[in-house]
Amino acid sequence: MKFRRLPFIAGFLVVPVVLYVIYVVSPFVQTVFYSFTDWGGFSDTQNFIGISNYTRLFQDDIFLSAVVHNAFLLVLMPVVTILLALFLAFMLNVGGREDSAGIRGVRGSSVYKVVLFFPQVLSVAIIVILFQSVFRTDGRGLLNAFLMALGVVDPNQPVQWFNSPSLVMWCLLAVMVWSGVGFYMVLFSAAMQSIPKEIYEAALLDGASRGPTFFRITLPLLWENISVAWVYLGFIALDGFALVTGLTPDTGGGGPDHASELISNVLYRAAFTQGKFGLACAMGVALAVFSLLLAIVQLRITRRDRIEF
Amino acid sequence: MANQPGSEFTRRQLLQRAAALAVLAGPAAGVLSACAGGGGGSAGTTGTKSATNPLGVAEDAPLDVVIFDGGFGTDYAKYDINLYKKAFPKANAAFSATQKISDQLQPRFANGTPPDVIDDSGANQIKPGTLVDSNALTDLQPLLDAPSYDDPNVKVKDTLLPNVLDVGTYNGKVYLLNYGYTVYGIWYNAKVFREHNWTPPKTWDQFKALAPQIKAAGIAPWAHAGKYPYYMGVPIMDWVGKVGGKQVLIDIDNLKPNAWRVDAVKTSLNAVLELVHNGWMLPGTEGMTHTESQQAFIDGKAAFLPCGSWLENEMRKTTPAGTELTVLPMPDLTASDKMPYGTLRAEAGEPFIVPAKAKNVAGGLEFLRIMLSKDAARNFAQATSSLSIVKGSADSVTGSTGLASVNKVNTAAGDNLLAYRSVTDWYPTLINEWEAATGELMAGRFTADQWIDKVQAAADKVAADSSIAKFHRDK
Repeated sequence: MKFRRLPFIAGFLVVPVVLYVIYVVSPFVQTVFYSFTDWGGFSDTQNFIGISNYTRLFQDDIFLSAVVHNAFLLVLMPVVTILLALFLAFMLNVGGREDSAGIRGVRGSSVYKVVLFFPQVLSVAIIVILFQSVFRTDGRGLLNAFLMALGVVDPNQPVQWFNSPSLVMWCLLAVMVWSGVGFYMVLFSAAMQSIPKEIYEAALLDGASRGPTFFRITLPLLWENISVAWVYLGFIALDGFALVTGLTPDTGGGGPDHASELISNVLYRAAFTQGKFGLACAMGVALAVFSLLLAIVQLRITRRDRIEF
Repeated sequence: MANQPGSEFTRRQLLQRAAALAVLAGPAAGVLSACAGGGGGSAGTTGTKSATNPLGVAEDAPLDVVIFDGGFGTDYAKYDINLYKKAFPKANAAFSATQKISDQLQPRFANGTPPDVIDDSGANQIKPGTLVDSNALTDLQPLLDAPSYDDPNVKVKDTLLPNVLDVGTYNGKVYLLNYGYTVYGIWYNAKVFREHNWTPPKTWDQFKALAPQIKAAGIAPWAHAGKYPYYMGVPIMDWVGKVGGKQVLIDIDNLKPNAWRVDAVKTSLNAVLELVHNGWMLPGTEGMTHTESQQAFIDGKAAFLPCGSWLENEMRKTTPAGTELTVLPMPDLTASDKMPYGTLRAEAGEPFIVPAKAKNVAGGLEFLRIMLSKDAARNFAQATSSLSIVKGSADSVTGSTGLASVNKVNTAAGDNLLAYRSVTDWYPTLINEWEAATGELMAGRFTADQWIDKVQAAADKVAADSSIAKFHRDK
């Protein structure tokens, strides 16, 4: 009966594979195809124009500045998020004073866990509205009102936040870190709890304080989770579309004066307001290539021997 | 899941569902391959023409209308659809409303299955220039030449306000029917001005004399939606046209070399910069959204705000009773302005289109003919506190200071009307740079010369880009 197994398995696989090919693979292939055409997006005809969309892309100042901004987020956002999440997870799980109960988190850690995870349950649209109020540019904004009350900011010259070319990327970074840190804190917490307590107890007996415990024990044992988190956060840093569109100035976001353009919103504008779907598809292909390179590089860098415990 | 809690998922069910999914996936493949350039062109269903049915609508053909759910709401569309159903009881006519016109309808255009009528408006508008460029729209000439709904002896085009078709005309053909009639200007609250005994300024010098008094009363003279620099087009571009004359704006639209490097542009920008550098702006307004700045203005934190005549309707829910929103034409900027006081930028807005590949083109045109009837136009003015392009649409509507003041300044302006297209809808890349430059100007980071350099460079780039279809106008 062995020869019957193959058709049986294939019978089960055919539906998911067909669905995957239609809904995932074929749009990819189409996008690559369209990136070599002058398709405007609102007709069903297009001409093949070779690689001119790609040459155009790499002469386009706005697209290139978007690449730089994505690179800024790509470098800083994962690092800051992971460090903060690690710190919080460590404090919540093993950062408390040791006593007869053994290893534990700081006092009230279960409350902090809920508070810190909270941003994760908010949809992006809510985060955008929330931070529009936080970073409002007049005295009704949360931050400006607070700084004015402290006397740090002149009420006639409120801080411009998203409307300031020098602050806008940092504000975006802050929002991204804020909305991401809770999830990775929970991820790292779960990983920390799976580290056997005996290891910590042994370290304690040897007289290790918090610092060495963290760097010599927790960090190496969490390494796999950290590398996965880094890849995920890298993808988020390459996107950022909803935040930039909703929070930054100018139609479709990316302002002031292109100071916060990201590849995703330049792509959207090329497609939906400029009617250059061919060019937008070329940007999409470039973004996909960047994402693949990123995943390869990050997994290479973070590859270590697996520690069994 | 319909299963009882705890019951097992049987193999039979699983196979049934898999089969059902495979059936569903079949047509999807067709949809996707249609994207790749298949979708055939339908000529549209038609019926017999008659005196009451001059466009030859097939009586039983369904009508699919998509309305932008924005400042005008959707009540007027409900009314108009009912008029259509009354005329064609056998037709299944319906409308849907969305704020995401482009996101929702682009796939339907790409498939060759667009709706029959689209109100292509709002921030997510499909840029009309892009649609015209793709040959995706029906020429509206048959509608304009058809007899009007109320009087068979008058053609539809003769029931409209002057020049309202210009904005929907691309290289000589009318593709867009801009149904709303918008007047742009500077808004103030007449009640506040009366209380303080302030006179609305007719010249820039009067404005500059008044502004310190306003500031002394604890009110900022000026607020605008800095996050969306589009709104500052009212003083900047309207003054360019008023100071330099219509030809300056025509040259700018036609991408004439150095069209932006004229005195009128610099004079206008420098006047706007006086607002910035004299501290007459509401603190923080350079980063505010349109609704934030408009609310601050209505709350009495600022005296003037540039906006279009949709303002009153847009802010209706949060405007306190007794507020007397009033529109003011642009003040005279110099003693030698080419256009007289009272010159307005007034244009038809809220474009309605009939896609070329609509299934019921005749029905789409008929729906627009119904919208241009006296009954529908009066209802529109009543429901939205806005003028439509139909002559006399608001004459019987009262109880709105904003609409009354708009009607008044528009009548007074006569033919002294301005319009510009290149930085509002023709060239999206130029619009983008114009906004970026204006944002910098209003934040005090740009001088007039830097603004001109940036915008001129963007215009030159559009002119040199062979992949962008060019438009032209002579008047």
